[in-house]
Amino acid sequence: MSKVASTTLRDSLSVSLTVGAYGVAFGAAAVANGFTVLQSCLLSLLTFSGASQFAVIGVLGAGGSALSGIATASLLGVRNALYGVIIAPRLKVKGLTRVVAAQITIDESTAVALGQETQGEDAMRKGFWYTGIGVFVFWNLFTLAGALGAQAMGDIRAFGLDSAVPAAFLGLVWPRLTGKFERILAVGCALFAIAMTPILPAGLPIIATAFIAIVIGLKR
Amino acid sequence: MSAFWIATIGTSIIAFALKYSGHSVPERWLSHPKIQRINALIPIALLSALVAVQSFSEKSKLMIDQRLVGLSVAMIALFLKAPFPVVVLSAAVSSAAVYRWL
Repeated sequence: MSKVASTTLRDSLSVSLTVGAYGVAFGAAAVANGFTVLQSCLLSLLTFSGASQFAVIGVLGAGGSALSGIATASLLGVRNALYGVIIAPRLKVKGLTRVVAAQITIDESTAVALGQETQGEDAMRKGFWYTGIGVFVFWNLFTLAGALGAQAMGDIRAFGLDSAVPAAFLGLVWPRLTGKFERILAVGCALFAIAMTPILPAGLPIIATAFIAIVIGLKR
Repeated sequence: MSAFWIATIGTSIIAFALKYSGHSVPERWLSHPKIQRINALIPIALLSALVAVQSFSEKSKLMIDQRLVGLSVAMIALFLKAPFPVVVLSAAVSSAAVYRWL
């Protein structure tokens, strides 16, 4: 194997393993929020997008409707479409291969692909496929482990799982709070959602903040 | 069909449709600067709201319990630049400790 290919492979594998391991947190949280082991695993296999998966289990776990959960998860999934736009011209794939490529178009595969830019298009393609497939395999294995583990626990609060979910959301949003504007938006949306929780049906206070983001994005 | 099944299947179908559309639609449709900007803001809004609701409510009631401790510990871990699994684990351990012994 050439030197370029081996550094790409190393990047891909290390990302796949670390990110895949978060699957434990997802599987456990999904079961803690009322999903079955089968449903938890299907979400990881079919939805395969961490933030969207955490969102749908978070909304339903808080008593929200299926529609609120789907809407929140889908709004978070829009970014995968934008990644596809960046990745597709480099992959140039059709038919079934494009279906597989689409399914593994997530934060990590896109990031590793773009990280190989200086090494050429071939390294970018390899980075995308290695990382996408690697994360997919580990994420699903670890989801199953986490779901089975949580199922065996009983009272999830005694194991801190009720805090693991908000901590996971915090960990996901943290790297995005790059400036003062982003931090104000985050605190504002958090306060808005809390204020609306006793008033609106569960799930709606969360979705409503997406519209705040859209209005601000259009005006700014 | 239960709400959990509808959510599982509905989320999965839309998630794939979004991913596939990115590979299929002409680039200019989604590369508009306003769409890019809104796309950067939506996760901040939704994830922050989820942090808040998951930490301080149960169904439609607001409450403060062991989750406040877990969230505070997670925040300290993030300030110290801890990796994601450490953040989640430290929140879970501290929250469980408070729940069991207080």
